[in-house]
Amino acid sequence: MRKLALSDEILLSVQQPARYIGGEINSVVKDPSRVDIRFAMCFPDVYEIGMSHLGMQILYDMFNRRDDIYCERVFSPWLDLDKLMREQDIPLFALESQEPVRNFDFLGITLQYEMCYTNILQILELSKIPLHSWDRTLADPFVIGGGPCAYNPEPLADFFDLFYIGEGETVYYHLMDIYKEWKRQGKSRKEFLEAAAEVPGIYVPSFYDVAYKEDGTILSFTPNNPHAKEKIVKELVVNPDDATYIEKPLVPFMKVTQDRVVLEIQRGCIRGCRFCQAGNVYRPLREHSLDYLKDYAYKMLKSTGHEEISLSSLSSSDYTELEGLVTFLIDEFHGKGVNISLPSLRIDAFSLDVMSKVQDVKKSSLTFAPEAGSQRLRDVINKGLTEEAILSGAAEAFRGGWNRVKLYFMLGLPTETVEDMEGIALLSEKVAETYYDEVPKEKRQGKVQVTASSSFFVPKPFTPFQWARMCTKEEFLEKANIVRGKFREMLNYKSLRYNWHEADLTVLEGVFARGDRKTGALLEEAYKNGALYDSWSECFHNDIWMKAFETCGLSIDFYTTRERDMDEIFPWDFIDAGVSKEFLKREWKNALNETVTPNCRQRCSGCGAMRWKGGVCYENKN
Amino acid sequence: MKIRIKFSKQGEMKFIGHLDIMRYFQKAMRRADVDIRYSEGFSPHQIMSFASPLSVGLTSNGEYMDIEVHSTESSEEMIRRINEVSVEGIRVLSYRLLPEKALNGMAAVAAADYTIQFRPGYEPEDETAWFQGLLDFLSRPSIPVIKKTKKGEKEMDLKPLIYESRLLSCPVPEEKQDAAGRSLAPGILLRISAGSSANVKPEMILDAYCKEAGETLSEFAFLIQREELYTRQPGDAQSADGNILVPLDAVGEDLL
Repeated sequence: MRKLALSDEILLSVQQPARYIGGEINSVVKDPSRVDIRFAMCFPDVYEIGMSHLGMQILYDMFNRRDDIYCERVFSPWLDLDKLMREQDIPLFALESQEPVRNFDFLGITLQYEMCYTNILQILELSKIPLHSWDRTLADPFVIGGGPCAYNPEPLADFFDLFYIGEGETVYYHLMDIYKEWKRQGKSRKEFLEAAAEVPGIYVPSFYDVAYKEDGTILSFTPNNPHAKEKIVKELVVNPDDATYIEKPLVPFMKVTQDRVVLEIQRGCIRGCRFCQAGNVYRPLREHSLDYLKDYAYKMLKSTGHEEISLSSLSSSDYTELEGLVTFLIDEFHGKGVNISLPSLRIDAFSLDVMSKVQDVKKSSLTFAPEAGSQRLRDVINKGLTEEAILSGAAEAFRGGWNRVKLYFMLGLPTETVEDMEGIALLSEKVAETYYDEVPKEKRQGKVQVTASSSFFVPKPFTPFQWARMCTKEEFLEKANIVRGKFREMLNYKSLRYNWHEADLTVLEGVFARGDRKTGALLEEAYKNGALYDSWSECFHNDIWMKAFETCGLSIDFYTTRERDMDEIFPWDFIDAGVSKEFLKREWKNALNETVTPNCRQRCSGCGAMRWKGGVCYENKN
Repeated sequence: MKIRIKFSKQGEMKFIGHLDIMRYFQKAMRRADVDIRYSEGFSPHQIMSFASPLSVGLTSNGEYMDIEVHSTESSEEMIRRINEVSVEGIRVLSYRLLPEKALNGMAAVAAADYTIQFRPGYEPEDETAWFQGLLDFLSRPSIPVIKKTKKGEKEMDLKPLIYESRLLSCPVPEEKQDAAGRSLAPGILLRISAGSSANVKPEMILDAYCKEAGETLSEFAFLIQREELYTRQPGDAQSADGNILVPLDAVGEDLL
């Protein structure tokens, strides 16, 4: 039996000891002394959040297929254990072997959202790995980052030895082979980084110098090592069926957020919403074949015993064989105690028919994401959802027995006017009215309930809105107030609900989303003063951050509200994410002109992703 | 068909709470292809119930759950199948067919056996003497304790709820044996009332004794293990009510 890193006394004193013991169904057991490479894969948040993440499980499975690699998992200890580990000087450990992370060859950290950045420093500190890459020695693991936030890794440049830009399935094996060879030869840390820097998709931040202009923007960004590439081109799986998926997903003992089989049906998106980073950086859209998905659906349900299977993609309705897939899942699994959940579906006759088969209509609600309150602003953001489509979808749903609707919006989008904001209340009201128009009194099951939520818009790198000005906290709250005021004027006010996201947190997210290397010091300062688990509202302390801006002499406005010049060198410009800067500029101008760009299946808009010679760009072009 | 399953919960599984153990078995039933019955409706759930929740921190050799199945293979085959898809700390020990009219485990349970030893590192100088002191305490004619209930505090007598107590040697769990560690330790066995009518937890007895002896021990001082759950069956004319205690799975029979 394994010896746990934590004593019974500690495990029985902290909340949810299941977070720290590993040993779950399908966790991989290897003898650490019989592998060449030990890889600690970390999600810098608490276990139940991290364990719900698909990408980490894909890489866990992929690494462990190799006999010479042992990949284990690491998560952020919750605050109660964090405190005990510091008091009792217990080093952070990986779940499988329960051995200290510092003994590993690699610490891989997935970067899913900006507000987990302080947790990265927690992971490093508790592991007793020096925070700064330049302080590390041969006794330390190499710290590598990946995931969506790696598309602007600069705020984290000081803390990572290297970053992997793009999809993990392609060059990791190659990188591991290079590592093995380096280890065999017993060379210096720098020599490994030099070899790694030549691998496509790998970025070694210490091999680049950044010079700034007087106004704080970037003057130049240049390699300082002959092995470093001028541009880092993102990695991408051209044919997704060639990549391995997870046959035996881990099954946590405790209930985690994603307590089900997750089947990724496609990567990328054809829609081209101008605010959406995922829709841009994962281009082109690439679908899995129906046979591949059927095979994995069987294997994963069998190996986990999960009672639910869910489809994952940015826009499931665009999957060309959706009907065949859904029919298969219903025929094969529904009725055998397996629920089928279908997120991100467009509401239409087909999806309503499917949903009525797999869900309890009375208990479920419908979700629309118009994102903006008026057609004008939806044209600006290129969200192809029209009011007519929403209202006819809602009408159909109401006739089918649903009476709860959720609507998602953003506030603070470029060019937004008071009319656009008020449109959120007006559209919600129209949805409510549709219910009373469509469903005769005797057939109504209680009142209709429309819940509108708005988040605040954060401009992200590699989107047409990367040049956009972001609002201040005060502006955001003012906008939310305007919307709330309009809701109060609505006839069906009692059937409508409106809530909005935290503004302080959004502003910080905006700083790091488009942050440069200078923001690394800010992060460190806030962490040292107690910032941790910032994405958890009960843990977030805005005052710590405000003080850190002051101490570091950095301005929030520089990163958020500043108008950016079209020719400004952005911190992330050294990355080639597939979509060209010319395309993004074109799209930014189209946005300001309220011009809609058709989706990839209607017409190619020449974004640059075609060079991968795959996916939607080559559909029907054999 | 009603089936009663007996299982053990050992090692690190003691950190997994009752609700998560239920979720664990729901998934294990699917992995093992047990032809379990589901309730009707839009979100069908497996027909499965547990005899007695075990507190986090305790290990057990005698946990019970009842399920209903449409069809089944032999007991031996089903035990093999479920154990094949199980984690190390959970082992199915028996899988038996219940008579149609059998009470479910939760209603049937009447008593439980616990073994108690000191957690390594918390032993008093003379463990055997300590446990002997406890036995002497338990031989008193009455053992009044204050029980906290939702409505307030209530005095109750533990004495009639303790059916048996004796010294024994307990195996020390493997993960608790360090290099110099011993494999057996002095301990005590308690057979006490359990179930919905009068549920006694071993901690209540230990607390009562420590209070009496004026000792304050760490909440981590003991390793407590449940060994068995019992139900009452008619049989013994010698006993007060003509009933004897038999293990919960004595009610069923093996499927051949």
